[in-house]
Formats: sequence, structure tokens, C-alpha cells
Amino acid sequence: MNTGSIVSIEDLSKEQIMEILEIAREFEKNPNQRLLEGKVAASLFFEPSTRTRLSFETAINRLGGRIVGFTDASTSSVTKGETLKDTIKMVDNYADLIVMRHPLEGAARYASEVAKVPVLNAGDGANQHPSQTMLDLYSIYKTQGTLENLSICMIGDLKYGRTVHSLVQAMSHFHPTFHFISPESLSMPESYKIFLKKLNIPFYEHKDLDSIINEADILYMTRVQKERFADPLEYEKVKNVYILKKSMLEGTKDNMRILHPLPRVNEISIDVDDSPKAYYFEQAKNGVYAREAMICRALGLK
Amino acid sequence: MAKKELQVSAIENGTVIDHIPSKCVFDVMNILEVKKLDNAVTIGYNLSSEKLGRKAVIKIWDKFLENEEINKISLIAPMAKINIIKDYDVVEKKTVEVPQAVEGIVKCMNPKCITNHENIKTKFTVVGKDPIVLKCLYCDKLTDQENMEMI
Repeated sequence: MNTGSIVSIEDLSKEQIMEILEIAREFEKNPNQRLLEGKVAASLFFEPSTRTRLSFETAINRLGGRIVGFTDASTSSVTKGETLKDTIKMVDNYADLIVMRHPLEGAARYASEVAKVPVLNAGDGANQHPSQTMLDLYSIYKTQGTLENLSICMIGDLKYGRTVHSLVQAMSHFHPTFHFISPESLSMPESYKIFLKKLNIPFYEHKDLDSIINEADILYMTRVQKERFADPLEYEKVKNVYILKKSMLEGTKDNMRILHPLPRVNEISIDVDDSPKAYYFEQAKNGVYAREAMICRALGLK
Repeated sequence: MAKKELQVSAIENGTVIDHIPSKCVFDVMNILEVKKLDNAVTIGYNLSSEKLGRKAVIKIWDKFLENEEINKISLIAPMAKINIIKDYDVVEKKTVEVPQAVEGIVKCMNPKCITNHENIKTKFTVVGKDPIVLKCLYCDKLTDQENMEMI
């Protein structure tokens, strides 16, 4: 097994997270640094994810590295029945780094055991997606100037949303206060509430956003997906409760910023986009810097 | 008081695993790889028990369990009692103890876990002991006692 792999946000200590954020800040000032000159990165997407793949591949390109790989399992030897182990063993011989997206949970951890080169998890099923979490953290850090003592509101699907789970874990290092706003059927899983209780981190659950929006430093919006509801009527009832409109931003803190992992459907009204508090498009841009930083840390280059 | 008649006859030397819930006895036999043993083995199944209602007993001649084997038994039959027999006498009683980590015995209950799709030795940390809860090292999901399935 190798040591540079980043499989889960839980693998990183508070200090390591801060280190990566500081490196990301350097990359934002100067994104084109040819630190990967002469190196080959494998980009293995066993399921399509355009956003994540383009962000990682942009990061690798800006670092001057070359990319081999595939964008979809149907164009790889997986269709011939090759095991993940064999695919990783083969790629391990070719590349200096593996970026991997896989539909099965735990696939990235397994790959990091099989490979000698570092593995960066670009999402394994509903499990972990640490580069998303790093870009969320970087966005919070950049807009607030700190990660400490912030009031974080999470809205939408808190049950299945892996980005909110990882963000809860990562922010737990920094004395936050959490507010969870979701339909009852999509509320934060018990295991994360137990996790927060053990660490004495305050969290509050609310039925709607209005009561709490003025206290927030960060509004973390997520998509409420229709397919999560067994009863379509239930979806119709709740879908409009979790929509952010421009009028709701009156009275919110000046430093408050709205984040969303994207893609968005209708949970943020288009008229919010013009608000200086809307940060979701810049957030996506930060993904390149965060990923450049993660790649360099994985390879021990920074 | 007169000794009650045993439902499964005594052994001279070896190990008696008592108080196994009947439904678990086949899993215990798998763990001990009874199939591969040359030793004499007697098994009592659906015996009456005050504590368990129905219980099972496994008696293995001339075999003394390794700690690892005892730990494995603890996952499926935490209430089992292990008696070491020499010359028809119980010379030592052992209670089973739940280990810190479990490797390669239990199936992860998450159908989307990579360990259920490729030939990978499962690995868990024990996050709860009563009842037993295992956390998969790969997918991070929990497998509880009720859903525990032996490989």
C-alpha cells in the first residue's frame, strides 16, 4: 500500500486539511505550475462524471502532466470481465498517479491497497468524494477567511447526500454550529448525529429555512431528488419548501455565502445567481485549485 | 445431587462448546472447519435448554481451540460457553470474547460494497459489542448482528 492516497476525508487530520488548503491558495494565485512535467496520471472513470473528470483533468493539465485513461467503463476492459484488481495492477505499471471514479463503495480503498502509486478517490458510489469536500472547505475558507466557529446551514437531501456527510466530518475539526433543514424522510442519518454528539458539536434540526437563514455564515444547498420519494405526492408537498429565493436573502449576514455542489435543478432560483452571496459557480472553479493541491500532496511535490 | 443424564455423551479429552443457539450451529461448524477435521465430533441439535429454549452442543475429541477460533465464535454465538475437557473432567472454562477487528469471516451487508463484487477478504472494525456492530473498512457501512452473514 502507498501513503499518498486520499480515499476518504476522514484519512486527513486537521493539519493535513489546512496544508492542502494553503497549497490550493498558492495554486489560485498561479494555477500553471509544471510540477507534473514528465509524469503520467491515469484517469479511470468506471462511471461517467463529466464535472469531476474535467476538473481533475484540468488540474493535471495545468500542472503539466499527461493523462491516460477512460471516461466510461464501457470503453474499458471491464466489459470483458476484468476485475478491478487486474485493471489497477496494469495501470499501476504505467502511471505515477491514479484518479479513480467507481460506482461501488469501497472501490477506492481497495485500489489503494492494490496499487503502489497513490490513488485519489474521485467518488466511490454513495460513499466518499474527498475532492468535493476539499473544494467545499476551500470555498468556505476563502469566503470566510477562516474555518473556525462558523454557522453552517445544510438544506435539502441530508440523508443520501454524501457531500453533506463528508462536509460534516471535515468541519468537525473546526468548532462549527450546524443547522440541518430537510424533509423528515431525508433528514441527517442517526450515525452522523451520534458522531456530532460525541464531539460536543452543537446541531439543530429545522423544518424550514426562514427561521434560521439570518444566522448562517454558509448556506449549503443540495438537490432534493424526486426519485428518493416512494410517494410522489410527498415530493410535491416538500419540493417548494427547500427553494432559495432572492427575497429570502434580505437580512442575512454580509459574509454569508451560498454553496451548492451542483448540478442544481430548481432549489436555487435563477434570480439568486446575481446576488453577491451566490458562490456556487466560483465554488466549482475552486475545485481545480483544490485538486491541484491534492495531486501535489499525493505525490509529495509540495 | 445425582448427575443428570447427558443428552450428548461425554468426551474424554477435547473441547465442548455449549449454549450455542441451534440456528447458529452450522455457522459455528463452518468456522471450526469441522468438515476438514479427522477428530471425532458429536453434535447435539435442538436440545432443550432453560436459557435458550433450543440449543446446540458441539463436542470435539482431542481438539483445543485457538483464541482466534474462539473470537470468531463470539461473533455469531456470543453466549456460547467453551469447556476444556481432560479425563472426562472440565479443567478450564472459557467465555468467548468479541475481538477488535474481524477479517475474512463476515460478509458486508451493503450490496454495493466492493467486497461483494470482487474476490476480496472482508475487513471490519468492531464498533459495538452488545449487540455486535461491525464497520466495513472499505465502504464504511455498518453490519449489525441481525444481518450478519458468514462467508
